[in-house]
Amino acid sequence: MDSDLSPQDKKDLDKFIKFFALKTVQVIVQARLGEKINTCSSSSPTGSDWFNLAIKDIPEVTHEAKKALAGQLPGIGRSMCVEISLKTSEGDSMELETWCLEMNEKCDKDIKVSYTVYNRLSLLLKSLLAITRVTPAYKLSRKQGHDYVILYRIYFGDVQLTGLGEGFQTVRVGIVGTPIGTITLSCAYRTNLALMSSRYALHLPVCKCWAINCFELHNQYDFLTCVCCFDLTEVAKYVSLPNQMVVPGKEGGVPQVPAQPTHGTAAEHGRIPSCPTGQSPQPAPPTSYCSIEVKTVSPSDALETTFTRKVGAFVNKATTQVTTTSLDLPFAAFAPRAYDLQENDPMVHPPPSPAPSSPLQGSLHSNTSSHSGGLPQDDFVMVDFKPAFSKDDLLPMDLGTFYKEFQNPPQLASLSIDVSVQSMAEDLDSLPEKLAIYEKNIDEFDAFVDTLQ
Amino acid sequence: MNCRSEVLEVSVEGRQVEEAMLAVLHTILLHRSTGKFHYKKEGTYSIGTVGTQDVDCDFIDFTFVRVSADELDRVIRKAVAEFKDALGNSGSDGMGQISLEFYQKKKSRWPFSDECIPWEVWSIKVNVVNLANEQERQICREKVGEKLGEKVINIVEVINRHDYLPKMPTQSEVDNVFDTSLKDVQPYLYKITYQITDSLGTSVSTTMRRLIKDTLAL
Repeated sequence: MDSDLSPQDKKDLDKFIKFFALKTVQVIVQARLGEKINTCSSSSPTGSDWFNLAIKDIPEVTHEAKKALAGQLPGIGRSMCVEISLKTSEGDSMELETWCLEMNEKCDKDIKVSYTVYNRLSLLLKSLLAITRVTPAYKLSRKQGHDYVILYRIYFGDVQLTGLGEGFQTVRVGIVGTPIGTITLSCAYRTNLALMSSRYALHLPVCKCWAINCFELHNQYDFLTCVCCFDLTEVAKYVSLPNQMVVPGKEGGVPQVPAQPTHGTAAEHGRIPSCPTGQSPQPAPPTSYCSIEVKTVSPSDALETTFTRKVGAFVNKATTQVTTTSLDLPFAAFAPRAYDLQENDPMVHPPPSPAPSSPLQGSLHSNTSSHSGGLPQDDFVMVDFKPAFSKDDLLPMDLGTFYKEFQNPPQLASLSIDVSVQSMAEDLDSLPEKLAIYEKNIDEFDAFVDTLQ
Repeated sequence: MNCRSEVLEVSVEGRQVEEAMLAVLHTILLHRSTGKFHYKKEGTYSIGTVGTQDVDCDFIDFTFVRVSADELDRVIRKAVAEFKDALGNSGSDGMGQISLEFYQKKKSRWPFSDECIPWEVWSIKVNVVNLANEQERQICREKVGEKLGEKVINIVEVINRHDYLPKMPTQSEVDNVFDTSLKDVQPYLYKITYQITDSLGTSVSTTMRRLIKDTLAL
């Protein structure tokens, strides 16, 4: 145990573990900032780069990590965990992964602290750099923006994995044996990405805070939120959304909100996150991606399920109905007055016959939002149907009237014979009678044929 | 000392070959490179700092991490490009293998040349598939990204077993263990070779190539 370790080695080991824990947190949080990380190699050592790796220290992150550790070190029974979660603009949140730095009782007494342990900790940090780009949360974090942000929380003590949902997977980053125990670093990540609401005591934004006006803008495009039940990168490739809202991007259909107030924020992209949640929001980077109920569906599944109407992240379930005029769509005045979520949704239950007064009915979607009102049906003005090139004559039957009357002619009687009534057997039975009649009248038929020749 | 050998297999589309190979090779080299050694008079040494870079793939849904060393990146890219060309020109079913071998040099007395003793060999078997349409390509993009993620996890697993690594050398021996020719980083001595497999599955060794920093020059 500790008696085998020299005081200097013990001191060194404690220092290594402390700085390893701090660097681990930095690597994880920086990997979830949503940006590519790039640090320079330096051949002349400055002496300040722990583990010979260029890992920047974001001061707020170090501060939070030290606060969580509260002067203690990760040890046996005292694990340090970094929890990464996703929070939507509506306030829903979901734990994505938990990185755990733990220690077990298996000791390696013979290992050299100042050399072998240090180098192996360096190797473990490199593995952490590689693995943080591989778990599912990485892709989500790269696409965060004004629809959702990625948050982190550091805690010390017992590992809590219940928030990851059923079927979470674990990946081990690596282990390093030391004389006082074996350090293990692992990640448990969620596989079921269905959104659920939960509250978190203290979650700190990894990326920039979003601007309030981005949410208002987003409400106008609630169709996206309905589709957001599924992985948008899948759906967007195959579904053409109204108003050309989906612009296939490099990663396959990242939807761009057309009138983006956030373009001006591109210059702020490099800023490090602000720590306290109380700060005023800063504009978000221009990418917008909404994948709340993200499931790994195949494109064909996504195509089918687009129309089965799950409630997306930004759709309020029990709200007043809205007309599509509030959504600023073209020809919105011709749109039907209101839609319920499912019952009158033309995309789920297409109308039996097209109604000429609402030409866009088939391509519109139903939404609910907090807005209400709009044009009622009474405001429609019936205009006389004037076919092109027809004259205004005084004939009782003009072209327009003729067209209207004969627009829906009745079906021919011969086509409406109910075939199922006459069975094959009945047909065959009646055949001899018919033949007898024809034979009786054979002379008439012959005479008729002669007239034709 | 036995050389440990690890084999990884990937199936990719033609245009994904380069990025897939770069991702795997750079991930391995990230773990097998240190900072530059600076020896001091007393026989101790200090180690430089290794920076890292995220690299997004264009044809695969994947991001990998490499050391920030452009010279090393150029060497690896050149080797991978040659491998890709050989795969394309072979006329075979698009199967080949690229190997990254880490070795130590053992000085021999004259007239014998130095011995290269491998201590770790990574073989990446590649199977190139042809896809019919854009939809399949999109699916392949993501599937290959997931597969590469699994390969990274496999690599990390092997590395973290902490099996044999060459001892840290003295100043006079450093060139027997490390490649000291690069400015920014110091990988273990390595060589990259490749083989193209013909459609019968037998190896056609006529396309063996060496791309090394330290050849056996007499």
